[in-house]
Amino acid sequence: MRALEVRGLRCSRGPVTLFREVSFAVASGEWVAVRGANGSGKTTLLRCIAGLTHPDSGEVFWEGVPVGRDRSAYHEALSYGGHLAGIKDDLTADENLEALVALRGRACDAEGRRAALARVGLEKRRHLPARRLSAGQRRRIGLARLAVERAPLWALDEPLTALDDEGQRLFEHLLADHLASGGIAVIATHHPLAPDATRELMLG
Amino acid sequence: MMAAATLGSWPGGFAWAFARDFRLAWRSPGETVLVIAFFVLVASLFPLGVGADMRLLERIGPGVIWVCALLAAFLSLPTMFSSDYGDGSLEQMALSSHPMVGWVSGKIAAHWIMTGLPLTVLSPLLALQYGLEADTLLVLAAALAIGTPVLSLLGAACSALTLGARGGGMLLALLALPLFVPILIFGAGAAEAQAAGLSPSPHLSLLGAALIVAGMGLPSAVSLAIRIALD
Repeated sequence: MRALEVRGLRCSRGPVTLFREVSFAVASGEWVAVRGANGSGKTTLLRCIAGLTHPDSGEVFWEGVPVGRDRSAYHEALSYGGHLAGIKDDLTADENLEALVALRGRACDAEGRRAALARVGLEKRRHLPARRLSAGQRRRIGLARLAVERAPLWALDEPLTALDDEGQRLFEHLLADHLASGGIAVIATHHPLAPDATRELMLG
Repeated sequence: MMAAATLGSWPGGFAWAFARDFRLAWRSPGETVLVIAFFVLVASLFPLGVGADMRLLERIGPGVIWVCALLAAFLSLPTMFSSDYGDGSLEQMALSSHPMVGWVSGKIAAHWIMTGLPLTVLSPLLALQYGLEADTLLVLAAALAIGTPVLSLLGAACSALTLGARGGGMLLALLALPLFVPILIFGAGAAEAQAAGLSPSPHLSLLGAALIVAGMGLPSAVSLAIRIALD
């Protein structure tokens, strides 16, 4: 049984304590919406879950094991989407997708990448350098990556930034597919999303 | 159907980073060209400035070539990790299923191929302007071949330590240039010993030892520095 569990997470930035005693558990097919005002620590919480930021106290468990114990197995199960998309301006959409997926230790052939980019509406632009793409189109490369990687756990920070209405529907489709196949997601967002959040976590 | 999961590995991470950095440098070669042009120009300006005193030129040749190579290698350090840091790629790499040491080593190797290797290949040609003997030229190139990878490794560590710091460029210079000094002394010393009719092998052996120690230890130190920078 896949499950993510967060126990007693506490994190501070300098003198400011962002959150304390944050605990929740998510099981297969569920997603948690992280909400809160700007500066309430949504990004920091997601970075703690991804293992980028060390919390002051508390622990994150993946399938019952503390994530620090086997980082590479945990990172193989995780797709993290931060503020910055990790897209290189000089590479094409297709090459960016290839690089991001290969980084996760997954192979993806050209046909698979084409299908994923077609799904997010970038098929005709897949050989354009990313610098020629708009902010929303660059976000869509991130969506294609989620579709290709098929990681069981998503930790996404404001995935709808710069996406248009159609992009939002696309993301909702991907999320519904992800949950239907037993995936888990923790998403920081201000927007209401179509598969209703199993739980809402209010920070601040 | 699309993504077949394979376990992350050290060689996998190395190959990934090496191929990607190489491709990026190929797409926008400005920085590599700048490094090489800087080296060629400065190394050629010295004989013009100093004058045609062959004895003096022969005396200062190895040292000048080494200082030029060192400064040229330093030029490309500020962007080594900071461009990946700036666009979020570094976060994604830190979350890779490949061990961090693998892709860090790949990036350092790519950095050397794009800076240290061209400098090494060009150095005998530039050293001709200083009237060095053929065997001194060879020793100079050999010393650069062993010494420039150490510069890339040390530079990577300093570059990672200054990630995210304001005024990082200045800090990087203060941190990296003193660390380069021993490499400069032994590197230039090898060619000078050869020119003086002594054996260059002690200098080359010391450079080789420095390369082994740096190659074993620094990639892990760079990984740690990147983790701290991302925290």
